[in-house]
Amino acid sequence: MSRPGSRLTDTKKVSGELFSLTYGALVAQIVKDYQSVEDVNKQLEKMGYNVGVRIIEDFLARTKEGKCADFRETAEKVQAAFKLYLNMSPTVTSWSAASDQFSLVFEANPIAEFVELPDNYADLQYSNILCGAIRGALEMVHIEVAAWFAQDNLKGDSVTELRVKFIRKVEDTVPAGDD
Amino acid sequence: TKLINCLIHFYKRDFVMSGTYYFVIVGHNDNPLFEVEFSSSGREVRKDDHRHLNQFIAHAALDLVDEHMLRTPNMYLKIVDKFNEWFVSAFVTASRQRFIMLHDLKNEDGIKSFFSEMYETYIKQVMNPFYSINTPIKSVHFEKKAQFYGRKFLTG
Repeated sequence: MSRPGSRLTDTKKVSGELFSLTYGALVAQIVKDYQSVEDVNKQLEKMGYNVGVRIIEDFLARTKEGKCADFRETAEKVQAAFKLYLNMSPTVTSWSAASDQFSLVFEANPIAEFVELPDNYADLQYSNILCGAIRGALEMVHIEVAAWFAQDNLKGDSVTELRVKFIRKVEDTVPAGDD
Repeated sequence: TKLINCLIHFYKRDFVMSGTYYFVIVGHNDNPLFEVEFSSSGREVRKDDHRHLNQFIAHAALDLVDEHMLRTPNMYLKIVDKFNEWFVSAFVTASRQRFIMLHDLKNEDGIKSFFSEMYETYIKQVMNPFYSINTPIKSVHFEKKAQFYGRKFLTG
């Protein structure tokens, strides 16, 4: 699974399938626990947020780069993070005119690899944890964003598109609390 | 058996007797998880007509399947039973799910390939976090695969 010498830091790699199955079991359990699909989406986003606020430290430690000059650089960093942590290579596209919104487009979504959404969960945002993670991570570097899925392979779209919108710079220090 | 023979006679009249297949996946509680029929006659197989009889034959064969399963390390059990003109072939997965095929032509290679491909398809289905094992398979993707492999290996 892990090739020797491919990473400078010692990380223990886990099979992608195991990760997908674990995440799937998690989502299935949350779906059983909560009554409404909206609640499930919120929970997944919250969980993602909690992952994001922690993982940003690790990301910055590994990449050792400085501040982003503008939102476009931020987008590139987010793209790099997907490659680093999930071995996913989204393309950054669909910039808004004011350069405050962009899309990450994934050809395929490995964490939803074997998933078929049942009819009664048609509104489930299965990978909402990713949206939360982006929101949490960027909040820690004082950028408030909103992230959501504009398109989803699981819902029949040809690609999965995650849209990120810049809301504002956070001037005060954000307390790193759990929601 | 007299009753069964009468039923068979009755069905035989409008039943095309060449290249008809009935495939069923039987769960641990002897419940059918997935059923599909193929006919190489090109005629639309009316499901309701023969479904009960097919289920009966498949169910009756389960004991033999279970016996064969214990005697061989192979997943493909070939023909385990015969009922009048129907052969019953079986395939057992690693988790003891039983694939049963009722057929009136031998076609061992086709059936073996069909079983193997459906096994792959079944594995993918099981990986879906929203699917509970031993429950009926309602996935459109799964049905499409079954139709595809049925045409490819069984009816041509």
